Amino acid sequence: MSDTPDPAASDDAAAEPVAAGTPTRHGAFVGTEQGDGIEVLHAGADTLIQVVTALRDEGYGMLLDLTAVDYLTFAAPRSLPPEIEAGRFEVVIHLLSHRDRTRLRIKVQVDSADPVVPSLFDLYPGSENMEREVFDMFGIRFAQHPDMTRILMPEDWVGHPLRKDYAVGRIPVQFKAGAEQ
Amino acid sequence: MTAVEMRRPSVYERDLDASAVLRMSEAQATHIGDDENDDRVIMNMGPSHPSTHGVLRLMLEMDGETVLRSKPVVGYLHTGMEKTGEELSYVQGCTNVTRMDYAAPLFSELAFSLTTESLLGVEVPPRATWIRMLLCELNRITSHLLFMATNGMDLGAVSMMIYGWREREEGLRLLEKITGLRMNHNFIRPGGVAADLPDGWVEDVIGFIDLLPPRLEEYDTLMTGQPIWRERLQGVGTITPDEAIALSATGPLLRSAGVPWDLRRDTPYLAYDQVEFDVVVGTYGDSFDRYAIRLNEIRESIRIIEQCVDKMPVGDYRVQDRKVTPPPRARLDESMEALIHHFKIFTEGFQVPAGEAYTAVESPRGELGCFIVSDGGPKPYRMRIRPPSYINLQTLAHLMHGRLIADAVAIISSVDPIMGEVDR
Repeated sequence: MSDTPDPAASDDAAAEPVAAGTPTRHGAFVGTEQGDGIEVLHAGADTLIQVVTALRDEGYGMLLDLTAVDYLTFAAPRSLPPEIEAGRFEVVIHLLSHRDRTRLRIKVQVDSADPVVPSLFDLYPGSENMEREVFDMFGIRFAQHPDMTRILMPEDWVGHPLRKDYAVGRIPVQFKAGAEQ
Repeated sequence: MTAVEMRRPSVYERDLDASAVLRMSEAQATHIGDDENDDRVIMNMGPSHPSTHGVLRLMLEMDGETVLRSKPVVGYLHTGMEKTGEELSYVQGCTNVTRMDYAAPLFSELAFSLTTESLLGVEVPPRATWIRMLLCELNRITSHLLFMATNGMDLGAVSMMIYGWREREEGLRLLEKITGLRMNHNFIRPGGVAADLPDGWVEDVIGFIDLLPPRLEEYDTLMTGQPIWRERLQGVGTITPDEAIALSATGPLLRSAGVPWDLRRDTPYLAYDQVEFDVVVGTYGDSFDRYAIRLNEIRESIRIIEQCVDKMPVGDYRVQDRKVTPPPRARLDESMEALIHHFKIFTEGFQVPAGEAYTAVESPRGELGCFIVSDGGPKPYRMRIRPPSYINLQTLAHLMHGRLIADAVAIISSVDPIMGEVDR
């Protein structure tokens, strides 16, 4: 994870009106809008900061929500622009513009081998606890986050509950297990 | 004032005090104050403390009686409800989400239902929409009355606790009459509501909203104008609009800072664009403003309820789409197909087309959003609730920074977190 975006990505960003292929906005690919009428942008982990900074300057002043989805067992085809390579995880960010009264969704594909995404803490301090929750539940780390620790699960918990390979009801009640030892 | 003129001064020049949040583990924190000349101590408040509203624990770094840095420790009520949501069908989903914010359960049900309907592409009949609106406003009143009660108790106005509870009980009794349960109603469901309003509902609702205004006057006499009350709240726990927006705060917390943002008006859902009400906004962003906003939001909710009673349309209370709605009870005795159909919906559930949707409603605590990813099956592939309490809790450290420990209690109370929703 380097701070400077790699040259290939910034080339894409520079060529704003792409002749063929998916249209871009601030270097992020415009995705298919779903039924809820929220504009969708697909950013890469390397371009995320650049995209979000541009959107924030455009008026998206509040980070509404930051969460993730684990697509490990997803049965339906994914709706991604051809330029974006599907990852196991997808970090989903919702921004809100109070001025325009619009919301916007940014998606970042995250690979399971090295699940790291740059933290948005410097842009939106409100992302702190949401990023901690995603780390806790999915094991996705946020680079440059001031306090990348678990928040809902106990500090010494093993595993990340919202991953699809983490079964429901497999865990013995913690306090009983402790008493038996 | 509209949201457009509201703010251009940037969030980017915000002045959040980075030293307000205690970012360290318990093990590290035990070494604070080890040095002889260091007077700081770490104090734990909660998780079982009457004024932490449930099981919130605060690690406070204290210098004498002054709070320096602090850290809310949450997760004591965490039961993996988002994971559970992936195991329940859309029909069962509301029973899960309704247990999150137990003081305002109808709002989680509403957010879940609206998101499911957005994925399904069904439109609910007008009567269902108006019933939802009526119930949500009744629920907002009971939730704010709960705040009035606990806020009063936290500040030593113990009689207020009894009064708040007394009025809230009337509201819960009304909700019980309509939905069958005092809390965790599971009444708003994808496709409409579970049942039509009961006979005599108009008299009951009017009886409730006629009872309230004189009681609210009493609260004003008891608290609003009272010097001790004002002394305890005014200027305590202030937040600026920039800070509130930067920290993703919503609801009364954001409005107390003077940001006129209410989803009911600014991104209308249900039929809020057809009723008249005012968005209550504060000026100073202090605990008193948050108290006053909630008190006056009760009055605005009463206005909305009066209009709901006047304008309640006739018709179906749930969508007549057989894919989503089970056949009526009476049909089960005479039709084999209806019986099978009923059985299918309640065992398998209905299929929801693949896709994703985010819908938000204005809960008494702020923007309550629901994000569902569907893979075409009868259960959500991923069900995320954006919990306003959890996100508003981030402001606590900033609100308490540099204040006295006695003010901390007033500040926690004014943020009004519901721990069931924080931990989920």
